Amino acid sequence: MCLSIPVRIIEIEGDTARVSAGGTVFTAGLQLVQDAKPGDYVLLHAGFAIQKITDEEASEILSLLDEMEDPDKKQE
Amino acid sequence: MKFIDGYRDRDLTDRLARQIRKAAAGTYTFMEVCGGHTAAIRRFGIHSLLPEGIRLISGPGCPVCVTGKGFVDRLSVYAGLKDVIITLYGDLMRIPGSGGRSLEKARAEGADVRIVFSSLDALSTARNNPGKKVIFAGIGFETTAPGTAAALQIAYRENISNFMVISAHKIMPPAMEAILKEGTRLNGFICPGHVAAITGSGIFDFIPRNYGIGCVVSGFEPADILLSVLMLISQVNANQPSTEIQYNRVVTEKGNLVAKEVMNEVFESCDTEWRGLGLIGGSGLIIRKKYERHDAESVIQVKVVESPDDGHCICGDILRGLREPSDCGLFGKACNPGEPVGACMVSEEGTCHTWHKYRLSDG
Ligand code: SF4
Repeated sequence: MCLSIPVRIIEIEGDTARVSAGGTVFTAGLQLVQDAKPGDYVLLHAGFAIQKITDEEASEILSLLDEMEDPDKKQE
Repeated sequence: MKFIDGYRDRDLTDRLARQIRKAAAGTYTFMEVCGGHTAAIRRFGIHSLLPEGIRLISGPGCPVCVTGKGFVDRLSVYAGLKDVIITLYGDLMRIPGSGGRSLEKARAEGADVRIVFSSLDALSTARNNPGKKVIFAGIGFETTAPGTAAALQIAYRENISNFMVISAHKIMPPAMEAILKEGTRLNGFICPGHVAAITGSGIFDFIPRNYGIGCVVSGFEPADILLSVLMLISQVNANQPSTEIQYNRVVTEKGNLVAKEVMNEVFESCDTEWRGLGLIGGSGLIIRKKYERHDAESVIQVKVVESPDDGHCICGDILRGLREPSDCGLFGKACNPGEPVGACMVSEEGTCHTWHKYRLSDG
């Protein structure tokens, strides 16, 4: 029951959105988020969008690692 | 999939594991509070990527597991009443109540018990069955409670008078504090990312401040968890415990203000019983008076007789990080996912269930 998955909003009607996760479509209540728009990524949990997901990506961890593995790079 | 694949990349996780081995000096015990983390750690074999000295232990963050037997007993009593439909999350269906009696058994005996994915589905069930009382079993932490609250607000506004909730919702920080007070020895918490998506990371600040234990709010993919472990190691090495957010694509310091407001408008805090941890002050959420006509416990009063535990199941110790499933004599034998004895074996996020499911792949 605790599963939460990142989904993309396809369309919105009133307080309900159609959202997609890797091609599977679900409906999500929008009562708990503000200003959600089609195209936004949100976290879906027990039928509700519970938070917007910002565009931070795994590549940010990569740059962090680059710095750790080669600390001199930072000063360049 | 976006926000998933990148965080499972093998090269990335190998590089993180290398940094962890480099940074680790001595032994560390970190508790992953959330059952979702326990499941991810087992599923992705995170243990096998960590050096010997780092121990990850599971905490009390599986809502189904910490829900007292009394709650299942209460639902069973409601299920037995005339013209009542019980709606619940699938995980609750097979949790044994007193004398091993689960809702699944109640259903087999003719009770109307239905699995839903959302409180909104329970609300639709109420709309579609105006002649019946539809009771939704509200369980879960801060991640799930706002959804239950939103359904209650809709029922109130639209006067869907046959929709009711019985709340066993709980909040996380008091349980984490209880664990520290009990003396479970930890060097840091891997904090529940989806709880914090709602509450914000700020709710954990009292832990480094008052107990000197670091908190890193973590995501659920392998790279998230490894980076969180690395962050905790750095905190311990520098002797600078603090609250940090690893899962910053979803979590902020303040959290989701709309969801918090909805939750606070409907619920207020109360003392509540946790399986394994006992009564914890201010750790439960009950329905405010304004919504009492949708509060099953105030509309339909029932008498529930709970029988004591049989004493063999050690779920309680496992939820406190004191023992592991392999310490239980029933594990994998009398107790297995097909025939669970305790709640920790039922839920997908339960430690015993997770161990049973992945033990072959993780030695
Ligand atoms: S293996 Fe079963 S009986 Fe033993 S602690 Fe886990 S849930 Fe309880």
